[in-house]
Amino acid sequence: MTTLALQSAEPLGSTAHDQPFRTASGGLIDRNRPRDFTFDGKRLTGFHGDTLASALLANGVRLVGRSFKYHRPRGILTAGSEEPNALVELRSGARREPNTRATMAELYEGLEAASQNRWPSLAVDALSVNALLAPVFAAGFYYKTFMWPASLWEKLYEPMIRRAAGLGRAADAPDPDIYDRAHAHCDVLVIGGGPAGLSAALAAGRSGARVILVDEDFVTGGRLLAERREVGGGSGAEWAARAVAELQSLPEVRILSRTTLFGVYDHGSYGAVERVSDHVAVPADHAPRQRLWRIVAKHAVLAAGAIERPHVFGGNDRPGVMLAGAVRTYLNRYGVLPGRRIAVFTSSDDGWRTVADVLAAGGTVPAVIDTRTSVPPQLRRMAEAAGARVVVGGYVAGTKGHLGLTAIQVVDGYDSTETIACDGLAMANGWNPVVHLDSHLSRKPVWNEAIHAFVPGTLPSGMTAVGAAAGLFTLSGCLESGARAGAEAATECGFSAAAEPAPATDPESEGHTPLWRVPRPKGKAFADFQNDVAASDVELAHREGFRAVELLKRYTTLGMATDQGKTSNLAGLSIMAELTGKDIPSVGTTVFRPPFTPVAIGAFAGHHRGKDFRATRHVPSHAWAEENGGVFVETGLWLRPAYFPKAGETDWLETVVREVETVRARVGICDVTTLGKIDIQGPDALAFIERVCANPFATLPIGKARYAVLLREDGFVLDDGTVARLAETHYVMTASTANAAKVMQHLEFCRQWLWPELDVQLASVSEQWAQYAVAGPRARDTLRRVIDPGFDISNEAFPFLASAEVTVGGGIPARLFRISFSGELAYELAVPAAFGDAAWRALMQAGLPYGITAYGSEALSVMRIEKGHAAGAEINGQTTARDLGLGGMLAKKKDYVGRLMKERPALTDPDRPVLVGFRPVEPGARLRAGAHFLALGAEPSLEADEGVMTSVAYSPSLKSWIGIGLLRRGPERHGERVRAYDPVRDADIEVEICSPVFVDPKEEKLRV
Amino acid sequence: MRYSLFSVLGQALRGQRDWTPQWRDAAPREAYDVVIVGGGGHGLATAYYLAKEHGITNVAVLEKSHVGSGNVGRNTTIVRSNYGLPGNIPFYERSMKLWEGLEQDINYNAMVSQRGVLNLYHSDAQRDAYARRGNAMRLAGIDAELLDREGVRRLVPFIDFDNARFPVKGGLLQRRGGTVRHDAVAWGYARAASDRGVDIVQNCAVTGIRRENGRVTGVETSRGFIRANKVAISVAGSSSLLAGMVDMRLPIESHVLQAFVSEGVKPLIDGVMTFGAGHFYVSQSDKGGLVFGGDIDGYNSYAQRGNLHTIEDVMEGGMALWPGLGRLRLLRHWGGIMDMSMDGSPIIDRTDIGGLYLNAGWCYGGFKATPAAGFCFAHLIARDEPHSDAAAYRLDRFATGHIIDEKGMGAQPNLH
Amino acid sequence: MRIRCPYCGERDNGEFSYLGDAAPQRPDGLDASAEAMHDYVYLRDNPAGTIRELWYHASGCRSWLVVTRDTRTHAIESVEPARDVARARRSGEAA
Repeated sequence: MTTLALQSAEPLGSTAHDQPFRTASGGLIDRNRPRDFTFDGKRLTGFHGDTLASALLANGVRLVGRSFKYHRPRGILTAGSEEPNALVELRSGARREPNTRATMAELYEGLEAASQNRWPSLAVDALSVNALLAPVFAAGFYYKTFMWPASLWEKLYEPMIRRAAGLGRAADAPDPDIYDRAHAHCDVLVIGGGPAGLSAALAAGRSGARVILVDEDFVTGGRLLAERREVGGGSGAEWAARAVAELQSLPEVRILSRTTLFGVYDHGSYGAVERVSDHVAVPADHAPRQRLWRIVAKHAVLAAGAIERPHVFGGNDRPGVMLAGAVRTYLNRYGVLPGRRIAVFTSSDDGWRTVADVLAAGGTVPAVIDTRTSVPPQLRRMAEAAGARVVVGGYVAGTKGHLGLTAIQVVDGYDSTETIACDGLAMANGWNPVVHLDSHLSRKPVWNEAIHAFVPGTLPSGMTAVGAAAGLFTLSGCLESGARAGAEAATECGFSAAAEPAPATDPESEGHTPLWRVPRPKGKAFADFQNDVAASDVELAHREGFRAVELLKRYTTLGMATDQGKTSNLAGLSIMAELTGKDIPSVGTTVFRPPFTPVAIGAFAGHHRGKDFRATRHVPSHAWAEENGGVFVETGLWLRPAYFPKAGETDWLETVVREVETVRARVGICDVTTLGKIDIQGPDALAFIERVCANPFATLPIGKARYAVLLREDGFVLDDGTVARLAETHYVMTASTANAAKVMQHLEFCRQWLWPELDVQLASVSEQWAQYAVAGPRARDTLRRVIDPGFDISNEAFPFLASAEVTVGGGIPARLFRISFSGELAYELAVPAAFGDAAWRALMQAGLPYGITAYGSEALSVMRIEKGHAAGAEINGQTTARDLGLGGMLAKKKDYVGRLMKERPALTDPDRPVLVGFRPVEPGARLRAGAHFLALGAEPSLEADEGVMTSVAYSPSLKSWIGIGLLRRGPERHGERVRAYDPVRDADIEVEICSPVFVDPKEEKLRV
Repeated sequence: MRYSLFSVLGQALRGQRDWTPQWRDAAPREAYDVVIVGGGGHGLATAYYLAKEHGITNVAVLEKSHVGSGNVGRNTTIVRSNYGLPGNIPFYERSMKLWEGLEQDINYNAMVSQRGVLNLYHSDAQRDAYARRGNAMRLAGIDAELLDREGVRRLVPFIDFDNARFPVKGGLLQRRGGTVRHDAVAWGYARAASDRGVDIVQNCAVTGIRRENGRVTGVETSRGFIRANKVAISVAGSSSLLAGMVDMRLPIESHVLQAFVSEGVKPLIDGVMTFGAGHFYVSQSDKGGLVFGGDIDGYNSYAQRGNLHTIEDVMEGGMALWPGLGRLRLLRHWGGIMDMSMDGSPIIDRTDIGGLYLNAGWCYGGFKATPAAGFCFAHLIARDEPHSDAAAYRLDRFATGHIIDEKGMGAQPNLH
Repeated sequence: MRIRCPYCGERDNGEFSYLGDAAPQRPDGLDASAEAMHDYVYLRDNPAGTIRELWYHASGCRSWLVVTRDTRTHAIESVEPARDVARARRSGEAA
């Protein structure tokens, strides 16, 4: 109870005073739980069970927004997710949610909402001047002007348009809430919790089938909650509550309320979003704001209901004009009178239902205008008895009122006009089945002339539409079709189910003849409310040739607002049909696309944001690296140590230089676990390797390793690595870090698909082995202290390129390869990953007497550039083996992947850029990768481009920056000078062409 | 009627009564000098430039649905000329220059908006690759700037600089890049071509291509046979189906690319931004919707829709880069069918059949190419020799090895 | 999209990676012609309708699969282990 309430003299207590349009009783709201909220800063009170829309109406707030283009005053049109007008900014700061439908926002204590797209205020909006310019701002006017001068578009016109456009303002900080993603599988998915959906879920659930019922509302029951109907002898709402209770008691049934099924995808996949915490101010600790469900269902029952159609008449957008079904929802479910004097404008019997409901809630009905010439007499009598003026065969031509409805202009069957005072107008022009979801799989709805609406066409197998979603608008039809479809779906899934007779309902009539637009509207008659598309815009589109429905939509923006045309598409279509003299189905229907209603981007992303965007892979020495100050770098999913600064080192280059110098003078170790490792075994292992590698392996003895180059079938280099022969029919191949998965996939392709006759097996063992490079003149000394005694690693016994299975640490199996990326005496030691940390520490310990250093990926890269080894920057998918200087090693006498295609003329052109080395002419000048080579004195142009610098490093060995790169006829040009032209970094450096091997070109160091 | 502020104001006073169809909805005639198959952006631009540059106006554009119903109306509207390979660079720069003068040329405001295209990098290797590309652009006289982290921060301060899994280290910026109102491109070219005498024939599906003695003689359509001296195919997404009518197999697969638009909001981002460590790029339309996308779904498809896996992947990229997007809502997602070629680059070439020309294989880069594709295709059709800017887009390049593979992905269309 | 892996059961398509049409056959051997290899590597039927295509269960059993699918509707008719298909083809060639 508020202070104000205590001061109230009203006999009904606080509510009647605070909420002038709240009925004295009734509705599904909890009058004992008031909820304070603010709208545009004004403090208001509603009840638990309200939506923001119903609470605003209860407080007499009718003006809630401004339209997109003309900034016309707008109110609340609907009571559901189809709402085009009542969009607000909900919450504030980092949680601000623009364009939130007031009709879907559950009221909670402290809710903050603000109107949007207006300045300075909702009531006085400067841009409402646009409405005066409406004659200029017709559909598509912007395609015809704003063209002179061209430069003013970005400077003046467009910024002006952009500022005026848009609706609400996005949050101005990262979203503080978390999102969840979940998967669910079921037999029967029921979409919609109205009478048809509940019946379907009951019929399926009772059979024991796994059922998921998805309902976008926070109270399940659909229109049973909104109408005063009888089901099974009690009220519809009571029946719904009983059905929900029974469903909740069934162990295999799950009800997902506050959940919108937004999309239908292939093979029984559905997307749904559950608004877990949107009905509270802030999610509870660790609770997600929303949860995205991926549901896989054997069968789906579409019971998504129908959306009522507005009439198209002058001023049909004035606050106070509302869909008749929405009026009844506010009256019956929320105990709110959307007006005190509510006129009814109908083309269908069910519109008349509104009359009785308004009267029952304490309002008056000044008039009922039915566009049909004949109306069931009992309806007419009922209205006349209540004192309503009844106009048959007439229509509402226009409306009056500044910021809200004060009167309607009615034209009767004899074309005479009268003005009738009212503050509410309920429109009933029939209903459109929700055919959105069944259209997501490219199925087109079909026109049903009997109900003047599109209904589901042929549905994909495993999908049934029921109730209003199938065009069955009677309550009995909903209950009956739902139960039958639920039972059938369960039966199809192998359960024994039978539809029980549907409960009895009160009698109903469903006569309906739509009026697509009134003949002579007074003022702008809107088809699309939010985007301000009037009937006259459809006429203009017709005049200018935009007659196909997609053209109409795109030219006028009809149906492209945040409601995606739920209340407007058919209005536009029907007007175009009239103008072209076609029937509606010949004009067509726009393709409905997911999502059914807009879904938060955060929900789709789930927890994949920030550091958790993607998994992080750690190398086995990660813990040691962290303990020892390692600086890490992202390499694909890996986090690799880049370098290990020591106290006193001031920049990364100093550290890297020290690491390189230590390796070249003493010994260092580097974690190379990130390499791909593939075990290849079987009698045909060699034959297999011969076909996937471009260089020969037939002569590789047991106990030896060899450099390997793999091509793609198109002749370009796929990757390089090593192949070691561990036993007669047992090989292990390494692949580069970046290509590890790709190479594995390629090898499996070759094995399973190209050559299934080969008796060979592959296993990725990348994760099973930790692998460390031990490099430098003291590498052997270091390793001797780690490898179990008995295995001779002397140069004679274990020469360059030897490989063997050994043991370390007293019997732990390990693999030892004498291979070198650094150009030093070097080994790679692989141990089972579980021993990775221990082995690393043991190696560091063993190397202590020799001054060992850990080195990271930076030093590794420096040393490979000093040796001229190609890596990712050179093996970039655009280079051939010849380009990389590897042409000479390719096999001549075997077939292998890429053999033929690499011989294409353009790939053997001697003018192609080939790998060479570069040194700056001016000592100390810094080189940069990405620079292009130009002949000295050449004018920069594409034609003058001779190649590109691919990798650079500061070489501690040469005390100079060095680079490798691809240069036209490079190997013929050693000693020549070219420009390394790098305008994006304002650099232009003269370099001398040299061999790409800067250190130990005779390869003496790695053989000692 | 010429479009101008004057005509717009004049019609405002006259209740917009005097506007006429923006292009003639022509019925097909018996014969044409040139029949262009496909009334999308490329086909319409080709017709326009045939008329304007070569004086060839006895031309029909045959469209199976309505003007602009294909990829020109279902893309993410980005234009740029930030390519790295010599085969592509002059062509896309030709396109950019044509964009820059398009509206005045065709008297139609297509909202060519040069607010910049920013490609982010997240590693030294990516930086060097962008430097390589940017330098190639600069060699061709195209604007390109390599930004460091602070440079990026000045442009897009709202992205995640502090907690990113793959920290932003900088970006490659082409300020002349931007967006264009996609539908208006189709409509504007249709109107301009129609004004020059071209017949735009809608609801006219080509069902066959007739040949005699190794030369085309015309096309079978749902509205009857139409004779033609030259037939030009410009139907990205369905190129293989048209080529199949003359027993040609193309180095192309059709794939679905999804695109996304959010609800409209007040201005958030000025230009186009692409994430370098995930599949996400984004811009904001003049209406306020964020327009974004990612990678293709990855499987052959002629259905204009994709699946949830890709949708989630795109949104993850979006949230990783720009965590302020979380509460904005996805309004609509859809799919377009891409001609994914074997090297990721297009084909503008003659075929082995006399008088039959092919414009295809645009992958997801066709929109930005629209003016130049039309310009160069028209040149090829009119003169029977390739325009120098499109000379690399030969059909035989796969046999000769002159492939144009910007990404280095090889002969696998779904990786480009 | 859901693909029923013969080894792992029905899984989301995100677990798989895609290669393309399974129809082209690699011209093996030293006497294969460059033309035949060009056609194998580059030319595709690209049908709007049923296609037999190669998928790889990358996040699963690492099997290559031949999926028969309609490119207009995405409806899947069958999923077979690629190795079985390839072997059957080889034995067919031999016969």
